[in-house]
Amino acid sequence: MSVLATALYLGPAALLYLGAGVVLLADLIHGRRAVTGLLTLVTLALAAVWAVLQIGGGAQGPILGGAIVVDSFSLYFTFLLTAVTAAVVVGTSEWAAKVEDRGEFYSLLLVSVGSMVLLVQSNDLITLFVALETTSLAQFILAGITRNERSSEAGLKYLLSGAVAAAVLLYGFAFLFGMAGTTSLPGIAEFVRHAGDGLRLPLILAFVFVAAGVGFKMAIFPFHAWVPDVYQGAPTPVGSYLSVASKAAGFAVVLRLFYTGLGGAGTPITHDWAMLFGVFAAASMLFGNVGALVQTNVKRILGYSSIAQAGNIAVGIAAVAAQGTVGPSGVLFFLGTYAATNLGAFLAVNAVSERLGSDEITSYAGLFKRAPMTAVVLSLCLASLTGLPPTAGFIAKVYIFNSAIQTGEVWLVGLVAIAVVNTAISAFYYLRWVRTMILDDPEDATPIETPGGAQGVLLLASAAVLFFGLWPAPLILLAQQAAAALLPA
Amino acid sequence: MLTLFLLLPVTGAVLSLFLPEEKQHDAKWIALVFSGAAFAVSVVVFALFNASVPGYQFVNTFEWIAASDAGFRIRYTVGVDGLSAPLVLLLGLLSVVSVLVSWRIEVKAKQYFAWLLFMETAVAGVFLSLDLIQFFLFWELELLPMFMLISQWGSGRRLYSATKFLIYTLAGSAFMLVGFLVLGATAGTFDIAELTAKPVTQAVVPLTFVFWAIMLAFLVKLPTFPVHTWLPDAHTDAPTAVSVMLAGVLLKMGGYGIIRIALPLLPQQAHDSRLILASLAGFSVLWGAVITLRQTDLKRLVAYSSVSHMGYVLLGVSAMGSLGLSGAAMQMFTHGTITGLLFVVVGLIYDRTHTREISQMSGLMHRMPVVGTVFVIAGLASLGLPGMSGFVAEMTTFLGSLDAHPVATAAGIFGVVLSAGYILWTVQRVLHGPATDRWKELTDATSWWEVTAMASLVFVILAVGIYPALLTTAVQAGIAPIAQIMEGVS
Repeated sequence: MSVLATALYLGPAALLYLGAGVVLLADLIHGRRAVTGLLTLVTLALAAVWAVLQIGGGAQGPILGGAIVVDSFSLYFTFLLTAVTAAVVVGTSEWAAKVEDRGEFYSLLLVSVGSMVLLVQSNDLITLFVALETTSLAQFILAGITRNERSSEAGLKYLLSGAVAAAVLLYGFAFLFGMAGTTSLPGIAEFVRHAGDGLRLPLILAFVFVAAGVGFKMAIFPFHAWVPDVYQGAPTPVGSYLSVASKAAGFAVVLRLFYTGLGGAGTPITHDWAMLFGVFAAASMLFGNVGALVQTNVKRILGYSSIAQAGNIAVGIAAVAAQGTVGPSGVLFFLGTYAATNLGAFLAVNAVSERLGSDEITSYAGLFKRAPMTAVVLSLCLASLTGLPPTAGFIAKVYIFNSAIQTGEVWLVGLVAIAVVNTAISAFYYLRWVRTMILDDPEDATPIETPGGAQGVLLLASAAVLFFGLWPAPLILLAQQAAAALLPA
Repeated sequence: MLTLFLLLPVTGAVLSLFLPEEKQHDAKWIALVFSGAAFAVSVVVFALFNASVPGYQFVNTFEWIAASDAGFRIRYTVGVDGLSAPLVLLLGLLSVVSVLVSWRIEVKAKQYFAWLLFMETAVAGVFLSLDLIQFFLFWELELLPMFMLISQWGSGRRLYSATKFLIYTLAGSAFMLVGFLVLGATAGTFDIAELTAKPVTQAVVPLTFVFWAIMLAFLVKLPTFPVHTWLPDAHTDAPTAVSVMLAGVLLKMGGYGIIRIALPLLPQQAHDSRLILASLAGFSVLWGAVITLRQTDLKRLVAYSSVSHMGYVLLGVSAMGSLGLSGAAMQMFTHGTITGLLFVVVGLIYDRTHTREISQMSGLMHRMPVVGTVFVIAGLASLGLPGMSGFVAEMTTFLGSLDAHPVATAAGIFGVVLSAGYILWTVQRVLHGPATDRWKELTDATSWWEVTAMASLVFVILAVGIYPALLTTAVQAGIAPIAQIMEGVS
């Protein structure tokens, strides 16, 4: 393949890295006057457009000797990740203007997204690990970017648990390489497919380590301990980025690893894999929801809720034995709607806490009177997180639970039963928050102004939440197309 | 047409939210216009409904989620048959009534009427949906408005009651979703008509589990002993209009679900469970009536009488024959009008006396003859006096269930005796007796909204009582195919 064609395929990731450099340079040359935010946004937009063009232009296939694969699956995530990051940049521009290391913030954000784009395109253990570590390193610094006590603590905590996760992941990769003799995912899949029962145990051991390493990114139980602390301590924009983009990338890696790297459904270890994630899912939902019940700090509520939501999504991974694309497309659809929903919730919280200087749920009393639009958007997003109609969260949950039941396995019906009970538990804390905002009277009725950029993003997020709740068909089709790329043709 | 019925209230809700703050009080006019228009549509639907045509009528349908993979293909489908048409009419009527009895709401009026209208759309969706996922969607949609209405505009321990309502309903409906998904995955469709035509006979989990998973949600909503405890709290603390809607139409979602979904989709499992259902029904009737006798709070009294009366619905259902099911369907309609009216009257009394303690009331008939007379009419209808709608429904139910469940029917009939006891005793304590000085200042209900609300319900109660065919023609047409399925299993 010609150099030009390779560059064409690698476009979005390369562009994002290039943008990171340009932002740093601009910051260096022009200092605080530099339009780093705008540059970041342009870079993200170009990368997103490039990804869309690739979807349309059919530029798909493995490149660089199979280390990277560009297909509708990776493009779905490329677009999702760049769009989410752009929304974070626009929605928190006011906050960023006050950050001392603004240039570094934007630059690291771009490095992190670029690496995630590479991550979802990885088709080889080594590329995968390098991309994962690059994005993690950038995120560790981002969590501590404001350098106050809280933020530094969050950064350090994230770094320490991330380092352990990386080591465990690498250990799992070493197992896989040792057995299969190759780092290429399709190569490993070929090995797994022909592996006898004797290799089942070492394989299970390998993917348990791998799941532990990636579970850290997905924030599922039992690799979740960092989540509430980091969400609370890190600046809210970083928290929103981690909770949406980083989680999506984590799930993308798991899907890719399983379908391309472990041979998908129908191998000797399919059932073990599904069971493992079924247990993770049930535990995450229970732990996240019960944990959120007793919280009074909204960022911690969102932290625990994000663990519970990871559990919901993991139900889709446990449903791998389902026919066709139903299982993985459920994960993709859920992640798409979850991105809009959680981003809306986080950015609304960011807008409010900037003004209130408090993250306590009591300070949200009567928000509807003080900032009607923000309160309505936040309520809508919380309803969507609960899974109430007519929001996208409802469809996403029904879809993913449906995929689990389609497998026709009894234990998955049990898992869905656990999941729906958890939905009822989660309604308690989500709706309590909604009620506080909409119905309670504020102590101080002065209006809270939401900055223009944030307002735009909030409106967009709530429009997406409602649109995909009422008319989910387009996104479902996209998700199914993307998921089809994972399955053998 | 039915889609219009579905969209009218929610349009009104959105409009009223966009009212400027200083014009909040116009929200009630918006609510009246839109619920009135919806009511007009429901009247037209009921009038044009042709009982001699089998199947669903006024069907609107389009591909809602056209997935490329067949696992999740869902159509938006609305339609009515003889079972749902009366309930749609009831919903249209009670929505207007509930707007009228809310005429004096001042606090956050915009939001109040918006939630009320929003709830009408949700309940309408439940009665009209012909697809399981769509049905579940509307079922869940009703939660949020109800929670908001009770927790904000209620009285007493309103947040506690609203939360209790939420948890009970969500816990019930959670398992319903699992049941629906199992049925859908097995049959490859979520379409109720298709699932009725070809009932699932084998699934990944025992179908008895599926049946009870679905029934749980309906039994909570109905409500049946022992999952009825949310109802008295919700009723007691809810504002009048919400009580009217709750007793009048929301409880019917449970009975409707049983007859529309649980029975025809899983006939064998329903048939096997008929003794349990009959026992639950008999116990609910008696237990509800006994508890009602002990109530000292007027609103709680009416609330518990609902538990007892909804037991008749389950009793009729458990007979699983044409007569019993017709009785159950009619009981749903008549209970909606009668208990709706009782809550209207109790609300009017409470507005004036500011107490619901029966022991503090005496001789109210002297001060408010209109309200008192309507109270007596509603009470007599509630205890099943011939010539009023309650009698027709209860009689049909008992005739239908006597052969199948003689003991439970006997319990039901004894429940009627008890209900005569508590109704007449309450009427005597509240309306009659010496006119005390304390209530000297009470005024009667003479405002046009109060009179209209009461008169419309009294009219329907008497009309159905005197000429039951108004209702029975449609109901029998709707019940016939379901009864045929149920009589086919053994």
